[in-house]
Amino acid sequence: MADDRVVGIDLGTTNSLVAYMASGPTLARPDEPGKGVFILPGEDGSNLVPSVVALDNDNRVLVGNAAREVLLTSPDRAIYSVKRLMGRGLEDVREELRLFPFHLAEDLAAGEVLRIKLGERTYTPPEISAQILRQLKRNAERFFGGTVKQAVITVPAYFNDAQRQATKDAGRIAGLEVLRLVNEPTAASLAYGLDRKQNGTIAVYDFGGGTFDVSILKLKDGIFEVIATNGDTHLGGDDIDNLLIAVAVQDIAGDLKVDARQHPDAIQRLRRAVIDAKIALSSQEAAAIEVELPGNKLYQRTITRAMFEEMVQPIVERTLGPCRQALKDAGLTAEEMDEVVLVGGSTRIPLVRRQVEALFARKPHTELNPDEVVALGAAVQANILAGGSAETKDMLLLDVTPLSLGIEALGGVTAKIIQRNSTIPASATEQFTTGVEGQVSVAIHVLQGERELAKDCRSLARFDLKGIPPMPAGLPRIEVRFLIDANGILHVSAREQRSGKEAEIQVQPSYGLTDEQVENMILDSFDNAEKDLTERQLIESRNEAATMLSALVKARRDGAWAMLNFSEQRKVDELEGQLRQSLGGTDFHYIRRSIDELNQATMHLAELMMDAAVSSVLRGKNMETTDVGEGPAAPHPIGKAEFS
Amino acid sequence: MQPAEPTDFFSFFGLPRRLELDEPTLEREFYALSRKLHPDVYTRASAREQAWSLEKTSQLNDAYRTLKDPISRTEYLLLLEGIQLDEQSKTATEAARAAGVDKKQTVPAELLEEAFELNMLLEEAKMGGVNDDLREQLVTTRAGLTARLNTMQEELRAAWKQWDSGDSEATALMVDVLNRRSYLRNLVRDINEVLHY
Repeated sequence: MADDRVVGIDLGTTNSLVAYMASGPTLARPDEPGKGVFILPGEDGSNLVPSVVALDNDNRVLVGNAAREVLLTSPDRAIYSVKRLMGRGLEDVREELRLFPFHLAEDLAAGEVLRIKLGERTYTPPEISAQILRQLKRNAERFFGGTVKQAVITVPAYFNDAQRQATKDAGRIAGLEVLRLVNEPTAASLAYGLDRKQNGTIAVYDFGGGTFDVSILKLKDGIFEVIATNGDTHLGGDDIDNLLIAVAVQDIAGDLKVDARQHPDAIQRLRRAVIDAKIALSSQEAAAIEVELPGNKLYQRTITRAMFEEMVQPIVERTLGPCRQALKDAGLTAEEMDEVVLVGGSTRIPLVRRQVEALFARKPHTELNPDEVVALGAAVQANILAGGSAETKDMLLLDVTPLSLGIEALGGVTAKIIQRNSTIPASATEQFTTGVEGQVSVAIHVLQGERELAKDCRSLARFDLKGIPPMPAGLPRIEVRFLIDANGILHVSAREQRSGKEAEIQVQPSYGLTDEQVENMILDSFDNAEKDLTERQLIESRNEAATMLSALVKARRDGAWAMLNFSEQRKVDELEGQLRQSLGGTDFHYIRRSIDELNQATMHLAELMMDAAVSSVLRGKNMETTDVGEGPAAPHPIGKAEFS
Repeated sequence: MQPAEPTDFFSFFGLPRRLELDEPTLEREFYALSRKLHPDVYTRASAREQAWSLEKTSQLNDAYRTLKDPISRTEYLLLLEGIQLDEQSKTATEAARAAGVDKKQTVPAELLEEAFELNMLLEEAKMGGVNDDLREQLVTTRAGLTARLNTMQEELRAAWKQWDSGDSEATALMVDVLNRRSYLRNLVRDINEVLHY
């Protein structure tokens, strides 16, 4: 049963979170953490895991806060905002590379899945994301004290097929079965709706670190039906940061005559400083920026909220177009929205709130923490998929595909076969034929997007319908079925109707990993490195435990043992039993904890023994005759006392 | 658009092949069927059941999407009745090409003159840009076309009533309305393109 736990994961551009919804009658409101739906914190107690992956000096992988520290000191050994690269090709990211210090592998070819340099090796974006997912998995396992194998992962609603597939691959590489990809704004609506069980239309405005989404939903008796969605997968807080950095770099070049772009670490310090200022300006009227630059120069600047708002206004305005389009597609007006919900860290900016309020003519909801609401909603969906509970049994999410699906027709135009905002799963069947006598294969180019011309749409896949029986031109009738599943991912199957023969389809994902590549990555070094590390830690903790136990056996013979009171002795006995039992398993966390607890419980004993040793030394006796055993790393409680 | 199975979209919802359809009832049925068929309900079921659920739900969604919208519902019914629309549809184009004939261009008689004038205006706009006077004329024309599109909804509803009461001749009326509608919509689209909104 415990292994059936399904967690909800928000794999964000800036931060990632893992959440869980407990089943049972004690469900509290989702904004009351600790009960019902809650975030599972990391070892450092923080709910947010920064989406940063780095290598330390021993080439060990660091994720989260530790990795963010590396980013400040050695930016070339850290990767952040990798979500921006998911499911994209070299041609897509040229713009991105000017603003982000991603170091791509030099031997990349067009059309190939991106690879990013980190230390001695290169990694694809799904592999980097898998590191973040693995950290979240570990956090959850630490919290539950058991394994977690299944998850619901959220993606921006406006993610295309390749970006979704890449996210699913990341899950697999991290050792997670991804039960469902859920759109972020929809997940947020679940977190809000759980509490409010009421009918009506809601607009979710989700402005995060790297992406912007807006979704219009209809809530009816537990059904969450998405009517329309729109967005921009490259619009978020990152863009605000980059703008502020660009302004500062200009300032610095003008005032201090320093080209900050030549100093990656200075850029990272600048980045940190403008982010801090941006955050401060959400609650203050002014914020100071102070950054040390090479050559003992100091950049100092005060930004007022008015200046900040003037600078970022164009970025915020870019969110309004998608909002209007989504409303238009839904056939609704802004006034017809019953509620508006704000999601994502960038919605903390007062200017953003004012704009949303003006557009929808109502005060948006901000009760749930905008950084956590998506993960909480993912946990609700995870609960629904896991078989549900009394709280979720009436809840069902009906989502849509954000982009139209098309195929390239004669003359390079896009023939749309599934319109955007169609409820998923959705399907379409198309007939194809041959143009030349005896032709045995037909090439098909699948596209995603709204533009008229194929070249302006996103190329999803090119494949050949093969094995068509040779017939006169135009005679074969090949029926191709396109199916978008509940994750928003495309599946294609084909059949030649006259011969009834199932045609072979080889779908080559345009910027995706093949199944084989993903399998290899699962087996690959990252995983092994981790396995090696786990094994090493297990061996070390076992050695430590053995030393400790033998020391304890000897210590019992010491006079000091008798000086302990009965309950102290019983506590030591009990924890000794626990440690011996833990050695029967392979969980080094458990062994280590047992060692620590026994250490704690024998503290008094060790002090008494040390006192005795000291007095015997003072009495002139040889230290060696007072054998207190081969303690663990001295001066541990029942270890040898060190005198110099 | 074709049903994925021999059974049609109406029967999927247990509905008779009628065009006047109570939308709240359709929605209620859609939600009820979704609760039974949706992949979310089968996450822990066998691979076979999951494939079945995916298949059925995609059909359900296709059916709902088609019937919910009055125009696509009408088009779908005509398709079921084996009636081709003369509009710029792909099937019509392919059929015409296969038969080796020129595709029939339907300019509704009542619109001939108006369409001619509008095309002159559009031509003028494309050549010399949109001045205030031209803009005003286009906006007025568009308002007229939009108003006419709205009255077509009523014509269509009248044709539905006839069909639902058993008059199979009503299909000809529907085809006529849909063709005129598609022609008008193209004109509105052309104006929007020139005016950029």
